[in-house]
Amino acid sequence: MVKFLPLKQAVAENLNDGDSVAFEGFTHLIPTAAAHEAIRQGFRDLTLIRMTPDLIYDQMIGMGMAKKIIFSYVGNPGVGLLRRARDAIENGFPRSIEVEEHSHAGMANAYEAGAAGLPCAVFRGYRGAGLATVNPNIKSVTCPFTGEVLAAVPSIRPDVTFIHAQKADKKGNVLVEGIIGIQKEAVLAAKRAVVTVEEVVDNFDDLHPNLTVLPRWTIAAISVVPGGSHPSYAHGYYARDNAAYLEWDEIAADRGKFQAWMQANVIEKNADDFAARVDHLRKAA
Amino acid sequence: MSEFGFTPNEMMTIAASRALRNDDVCFVGIGAPSAACNVARLTHAPDITLIYESGTIGTAPDVLPLSIGDGELCETAVTTVAVPEMFRYWLQGGRISIGFLGAAQLDKFGNINTTVIGDYLHPKTRLPGGGGAPEIATSSKEIYITMAQTKRGMVETIDFFTSFGHGEGGDHRKRLGIDTAGPTLLITDLAIWKPDPVTKEFTVVSLHPGVTRQQVQESCGWVVKFAEALDETPAPSELELNTLRDLQARTKAAHEGTGKAKAA
Repeated sequence: MVKFLPLKQAVAENLNDGDSVAFEGFTHLIPTAAAHEAIRQGFRDLTLIRMTPDLIYDQMIGMGMAKKIIFSYVGNPGVGLLRRARDAIENGFPRSIEVEEHSHAGMANAYEAGAAGLPCAVFRGYRGAGLATVNPNIKSVTCPFTGEVLAAVPSIRPDVTFIHAQKADKKGNVLVEGIIGIQKEAVLAAKRAVVTVEEVVDNFDDLHPNLTVLPRWTIAAISVVPGGSHPSYAHGYYARDNAAYLEWDEIAADRGKFQAWMQANVIEKNADDFAARVDHLRKAA
Repeated sequence: MSEFGFTPNEMMTIAASRALRNDDVCFVGIGAPSAACNVARLTHAPDITLIYESGTIGTAPDVLPLSIGDGELCETAVTTVAVPEMFRYWLQGGRISIGFLGAAQLDKFGNINTTVIGDYLHPKTRLPGGGGAPEIATSSKEIYITMAQTKRGMVETIDFFTSFGHGEGGDHRKRLGIDTAGPTLLITDLAIWKPDPVTKEFTVVSLHPGVTRQQVQESCGWVVKFAEALDETPAPSELELNTLRDLQARTKAAHEGTGKAKAA
């Protein structure tokens, strides 16, 4: 049953060295605070799963925490490349990492299959695509009814998924709104799920009936971290800090600059520091 | 700015916007495609359905998004769906008329590489990868591509098949069981290209105002084929240019705004 915990404790209780872990967020509601807490606690040998590994995976890879990444777009959205991830893939710095690459359709179907308790996902994809020749986890099956050859990929079942969401009620049910991405599937596919939220409200009695609500018994722990998605955004709370994404390109370009930034902005900070980072973005949301 | 009163990039975006129709359902790539699609929406195609892969259907942003998931896209959309639904029901389901893609590397058959420069396992440059493109390229009814011409970008052989165009040309799509049309239009900063009906090789059908055949060849890595009857692309109208420039000015102000507020 869900527990409300300080983020430090929620991460410590649910993440272990060697875990496969998804910190999901499809450009929206990225669980930055949870990722930074994982960095402070110094986990090692993680298999990092995410459709769009952006700044937080660049940071974890740059800190040497990942032994493998499973992804479908390893870029800084709208800006360009992820320079710490590139350094690891191209130069093995600070360590070499294993790469399992899919398309968005492949990852989305694999999460959905994970949530559905299936061993694999079947879809029409990867036709003529080079990924099918370099990723041994992309295979094909023949439809037993029509004979059509379809793509098959293993389902994604992370040991633990972290997401950020707008709010929880006092019982621990969680509401996700706006670009909901893959948040629900990533939670339901995982063995354990940890959710950071902007706030806790008394109840969800006034919500529309078909909103995306994760019942409390699908979640292991909830931590209240206002601003916990920065520099991503929380629809209805604060806007995306586009300038921070542009700045990251420069920070991550240099190994020394990166280490100094991580020390000052992650290692020496804590979850309570996030609220102030979104102050100037609140009225824009 | 050229003597014509517009830049090659403006001409590219506007020529691309003209290719879109009011009843199109367009899956929009970020960057140049996104600008073209929104200029179309703000000029001759007000009812066009723009879809970004973050799940926003029928979006009408006031400024161009930096990412495919900016909040503005959701706030102005007819509806926003989950990512699995986006790819399963809407793209795979055959509901997209135009997939509009950019490219880091492109060959003459419309095959695109945005994955690696060099060998896949030991890349010289690791690029972001395909994202939604591999399935956009095969499930959309048609594919439009837009990119500025460079010899590095338009190459004889791409390093990796991120998304499949016409493969080695001819009926290669059909042989792989792909029943959609694939790339039917390429708009660069110099010209408009269409695939040859038989070989599927991109052929220049229209030069932008003031552009010579030589300029097109000099900035392209393969030997360029030109149509017998070459058109000249009509110059941007005042409405088109103003619409594009206003959109870009709003976008610049919006993206820089958060940075300034942060410093304050």
